[in-house]
Amino acid sequence: MKLLAYLRSLSAQFFQRSQTEADLEEELNTHIQARADDLERSGLSRAEAERRARIEFGGRERIKEEVRESLGGNFIETMMQDVRYSLRVLRKSPGFTIAAVATLALAIGANSVVFGVLNALILRPLQVPQAQSLYSVEMGSSWHSYPDYLDLRDRNRSFDALAAYAITQVGMDTGGNPSSDWAYETSGNYFDALSLQPYLGRFFHGSDEHGPNSAPFIVLSYSYWHSRFQDDRGVVGRVVRLNKHPFTIIGVAPPEFHGTVLIFAPDFYVPLINEEQVDGENYLNVRGTRWIITILGHLKAGVTPPQAMADLNAIGSYLEKNYPTEDANVRFSLSRPSLVGDLLGRPTRAFVAGLMLLAVLILLAACANLGSLFGARAADRSRELALRLALGSSRIRIVRALFTEAMLISLAGGAAGLWGSVLLLNQLSAWQPFARFPITVPVNPDANVYVVALALALVSGVLFGLVPLRQVLRTDPYQIVKAGRGSADGRRFTVRDLLLVVQIALCAVLVTSSMVAVRGLLRSLSSNFGFEPTNTMVVNADVKMAGYSGERVLPMQRRIIDGLEKVPGVESVGLIDQPPLTMGGSTTIVFTDQTTDLRPSTAAANPYMYEISPEYFRAAGTTLLAGRALSWHDDQNSQRVAVVNREFARKVFGTEAKAVGGYFKRRSGARFQVVGIVEDGKYLTLTEDQRPAMFLPMLQSPSGGTWLVVRSNRDPRQLAPALKSALRDVDAGLPSYIQTWNRAMDGTLFPSRVATVALGVLGVMGAMLSMTGIFGMAAYSVSRRLKELGIRIAIGAQPKEVLQAALGRAFKLLAFGSAAGLILGLLATRVLAAIVYQATPRDPLVLAGVVVAMALLGLVATWIPAQRALSLDPLTLLRED
Amino acid sequence: MSSQAQILPGTLDLLILKAVSLGPLHGYGVLLRIGQISGRALLIEQGALYPALFRLVRQGLLKASWGVSENNRRAKFYELTSAGRKRLREETDGWNRLAAAMGSALAAEPEEL
Repeated sequence: MKLLAYLRSLSAQFFQRSQTEADLEEELNTHIQARADDLERSGLSRAEAERRARIEFGGRERIKEEVRESLGGNFIETMMQDVRYSLRVLRKSPGFTIAAVATLALAIGANSVVFGVLNALILRPLQVPQAQSLYSVEMGSSWHSYPDYLDLRDRNRSFDALAAYAITQVGMDTGGNPSSDWAYETSGNYFDALSLQPYLGRFFHGSDEHGPNSAPFIVLSYSYWHSRFQDDRGVVGRVVRLNKHPFTIIGVAPPEFHGTVLIFAPDFYVPLINEEQVDGENYLNVRGTRWIITILGHLKAGVTPPQAMADLNAIGSYLEKNYPTEDANVRFSLSRPSLVGDLLGRPTRAFVAGLMLLAVLILLAACANLGSLFGARAADRSRELALRLALGSSRIRIVRALFTEAMLISLAGGAAGLWGSVLLLNQLSAWQPFARFPITVPVNPDANVYVVALALALVSGVLFGLVPLRQVLRTDPYQIVKAGRGSADGRRFTVRDLLLVVQIALCAVLVTSSMVAVRGLLRSLSSNFGFEPTNTMVVNADVKMAGYSGERVLPMQRRIIDGLEKVPGVESVGLIDQPPLTMGGSTTIVFTDQTTDLRPSTAAANPYMYEISPEYFRAAGTTLLAGRALSWHDDQNSQRVAVVNREFARKVFGTEAKAVGGYFKRRSGARFQVVGIVEDGKYLTLTEDQRPAMFLPMLQSPSGGTWLVVRSNRDPRQLAPALKSALRDVDAGLPSYIQTWNRAMDGTLFPSRVATVALGVLGVMGAMLSMTGIFGMAAYSVSRRLKELGIRIAIGAQPKEVLQAALGRAFKLLAFGSAAGLILGLLATRVLAAIVYQATPRDPLVLAGVVVAMALLGLVATWIPAQRALSLDPLTLLRED
Repeated sequence: MSSQAQILPGTLDLLILKAVSLGPLHGYGVLLRIGQISGRALLIEQGALYPALFRLVRQGLLKASWGVSENNRRAKFYELTSAGRKRLREETDGWNRLAAAMGSALAAEPEEL
């Protein structure tokens, strides 16, 4: 309705204006006729009288113009005139127009893509009612245990309700085709705490929980209901099997709800209280095991986050006092739940903010680029502008026309850039980077993105439109019309030169950072992981989904190992509960042998803990440095033993020599003897500081996690079918997933890959921008001095001297800008080191790369202008003009 | 020509208000009336009149309506609004004070100091 009213008022304005216009015309006619009447009375003929009257009256159009201006508010009309004029002018120089629009489209596109990501991941709240008051409770970087959650839920006075959930993979069997799907295990009050209403059926509630395994219910996500059950409304009430246990589907979640972690949408939701059936393990009563990813809830009305934190930390003190062995140094804080609190949130925010900064730099560089182009154009058109001034146009009017040109270009560039970025963002949203995980990056653009892109386009239009302003205001029409081209700017360092230097410096920053990132990624791919992933497959066989638990797990795991070892081409098979760098792993705390007071604050180290089969080190290619590997004799009846990495040996025993044969303790008080030391490696992320790790024999510390590392002497991918059938021979109902180890590390490498691709793209854009900038500058300086160059050639200048005269300045500016940009870039890459593994700015290869790249860019960009300067024919040139 | 004076900047509006205060006039009539009441001493560029007239209408000091001129032509007639009358009074007072002050300043003789 508002829009309608606006249109009506706009049309009224136009209508009235044409009415006024007609009135004015008639009034002026009346005036001239009346004057002519008077003159006729004094004896002139009618025709002569009218002629005299018109002459006396003066320029009628000018008067009309003045009247219009005195009326003011004819903004739209003048603007339409300016727009029409600018379109004509731009159409006359299509090269300039296309270059300018394309430059801006790239810059605005980059900005709106990055802003789209920023908007979707950081600014946009979750799709739940009252998302502003929804917070998650964090305990350092640690997850939560179920008993701690119950204490928080029941003792806090700040939240309307506190819900909790964990993420798990579970075998779903609807009869016939079991699949392994992803679920949130949620507290009973999850949906109520988020104030959601079911799309179909009902949700489970807190009142459904009556002790372990008391609520065998499933709530489907809308998209899973759509893809797996084909929108069948009769699905409510149906009984399906999760890991062989019967569960009843009771409802479907609303379509717009995709769980409370942005990037991880579950297939369905099951009650946490049934953990034993869903996970095969029961930690509901274990306070020391932290597997609940997020505790979240709405703050009560009027409670501020600091008040809530104080309340939570009071509960923390209570926990520390009552459970000193499990809960030490409990510090709660609040964060936003959408990126699993600060765990993903902090690096994501830092990275996206860094990208945004670079994107803004790109935009600034583009503006500098366009600003100098516009300045050059205005200088080229100085004669036209001078003529218009001489003919009585006002300076304001000319500035406005130039400004309109800038705005048209910025709007066209902005629209093109936005269009491209919307395509890209939608593609990104549909992208699933990992086959195994339902991880998506939901970055669909919304109104915010459109508004920001438009605003950026307008602001940059103003920025580069302002550059020729001073030039126009200073123009002296008399001088220019008399002397031909303005001869004012000779060898002085002009604003345009400064813009070019700034732009080249910005681009060099981008090129430097992208080179540092790419180099870092290359290094990270060839660095020492502590194992050798080439020529190995990892096989994840889920024994718990096949219904094995407790005593039956170990024999099954040994049968799998035996089965796989028989496959031809297999060199060795090792079992591990979860291979390093595959987005998982557990840590525990250990104590020196002398420690008697076993509590978290007295722990000697917090190593990663792996349960392995004796063959694992051989299969993984991990080097044993001292002592022995594990063997099948390390079982329940013998001394508990462990193999540790060097970092563990240094941390717990001081030196590696003391470690072999030495003892350490775990929280239970059990003593472990170190029998061997292996090389250090990477365990959770590539960028982590060196962490201690220990490897325990699977016979002494059985675990349900069953990953098999299969090393072969040929391309391991050919083995996959044989491995699959070997597994089927062991147990036909065993869900398994086979991939190369390198592929399994995708998730771990994902952040640095994304960073590298993003920085690489920005670097290429920076390079392109600096190329167009130098090209514009060089082409302009050649075309401006054509006559001078022609004379030089005519009196015998050598090609080298001609080039020196034509392009020396461009090269000087390029060198100056590159040097400045290189230094700035090296300073900036310190920031990158946090994300990109081994991104070090002090890398001679990077330094050389940047210098060579900028020099090449300069060469390419000045090639065409140089050719033009060299091929000048002085005769034709001097004949012209 | 020498007996005619270019009007001072800013005084055109005041002259128009005065001319129109003596009775509704169309544009050309305003010109004639100013010539008449200034004893042909003040010269107004014909074209400059209209921007001023439109400006005064916009400021609400004049109002315009279409009528028929003495020569039977359709013409736009201007008359004062009450705001215009008030403005004329104020500006006239202001002008008189200025003129008196200028007059006495320029008539000053050395012995009066």
